Amino acid sequence: MNDHAVQLTNVVVNRNGILALDDVSVGIGFGRITGLLGPSGSGKSTLMRAIVGVQIVASGSVTVLGLPAGAPELRSRVGYVTQAPSVYRDLTVRENLSYFRNILGTRNADVDRVLEAVDLTSVQSQMVKTLSGGQEGRVSLATALLGKPELLILDEPTVGLDPVLRRDLWALFHTLADSGITILISSHVMDEASRCHDLILMRDGKLLAQGTERELLLQTSTDDIESAFLHLVDGHT
Amino acid sequence: MSAHRTVATARRVLAQLRHDPRTIALLLVVPAMLMTLLAWILDDANWQRYAPGLLGIFPMLVMFLVTSVATLRERTSGTLERLLSMPMSKADFVFGYALAFGLLAIVQAIIVGGLCFVALGLTMRGPTSLVLMVAVLDGLLGTALGLFVSAFAQTEFQAVQFMPVALLPQFLLCGLIVPTDDLPSVLRFLSALLPLTYAFDAMQKLAQNEVVSSGFWVDVAILVAMALALLTAGTATLRRRTR
Repeated sequence: MNDHAVQLTNVVVNRNGILALDDVSVGIGFGRITGLLGPSGSGKSTLMRAIVGVQIVASGSVTVLGLPAGAPELRSRVGYVTQAPSVYRDLTVRENLSYFRNILGTRNADVDRVLEAVDLTSVQSQMVKTLSGGQEGRVSLATALLGKPELLILDEPTVGLDPVLRRDLWALFHTLADSGITILISSHVMDEASRCHDLILMRDGKLLAQGTERELLLQTSTDDIESAFLHLVDGHT
Repeated sequence: MSAHRTVATARRVLAQLRHDPRTIALLLVVPAMLMTLLAWILDDANWQRYAPGLLGIFPMLVMFLVTSVATLRERTSGTLERLLSMPMSKADFVFGYALAFGLLAIVQAIIVGGLCFVALGLTMRGPTSLVLMVAVLDGLLGTALGLFVSAFAQTEFQAVQFMPVALLPQFLLCGLIVPTDDLPSVLRFLSALLPLTYAFDAMQKLAQNEVVSSGFWVDVAILVAMALALLTAGTATLRRRTR
């Protein structure tokens, strides 16, 4: 499986007595944008946490860029954006980024680069708590872009954004992917499927299907991913 | 552990405080106000008796509260998880906090000590620099305790409620109210396990003796050891991986 940036094999995760991941095996291709789709509670975030290495895994293995997930060598190579923005609300945008840049040990100019990438240059001196929810989410995203991440794990980064911004962010993701960065992006909005190279569909902690949008539509003889999803769910039960 | 990341963390914590002038004011003004009140209600003999010990108690109290709430926020907001998924060691995090709040403890001790010595007529026979040192050590102990306790709190409400649990027994047993020698043997044994007892004793020794005794340095050594042990225990409560 050398062509996979991330490989999960028979991964089982127990959270509070519930099987959050139930024997999931899936691979994520290098330099591709993989969409992780499923309703909320389907295990998307848990899968992402397992890849980042912050989730205790009951059994199975997670390999990231050839190393076990959570290996110290991966800490500057994997960028992770949680669903709730994890930044300091009582600091300015720039202070947040400068601090995380210091921790990563990258150049000062890096801050300006990521500010521009997420279109926050104009609000860089504002306190994060005074920003809108969408802007706060982008501060969190900008943090993950600091340094030279080879793999980006983005948990619902486009939720609640206005369509123009959503389009711009997807353009950014494609630019990043074109430069060789592997991206895993989760969403519960099925219509984002067409913007991804590959798809992973999940439900109730189980892998429902994986492949390109085209493959999944062909396989289920449907016209859109939402119908494909329903077809697969019906097939399973 | 890296000095660079520790300093960056301390600077970040101080930047957060700088954006919150009200908290800074509370940290610095409230102890000064309480000491003034105390000087007012006590006659001189009692003021000279109680004030040195209280100089050692305020820093621990205040730093405990600030640290337990601040680190709980890091745990619940996801920033701690983010930091630990970066090339950051737990010790960088803990000592960054200790450094920032240690500096704050110095400023607090200078203001409160200065007020007591200059305006409120408190006399301590020992060197003022050592009074400052004990106050700072005490502040660090408060930071270490707050960090440790924040692991057991799920909300800021709970974190604040831990204050009476962690600090009031120490306050009652440290020797301020009843000298430790006069305590029942079980309580005397308990008081010997609590850090505030040594902070109080060190301050008393500085108040009474011009010459710094070896007993004072024993107190200081115990305080340093306890602060380090608690900071280490606090470090152990930070988890890179969770369920």
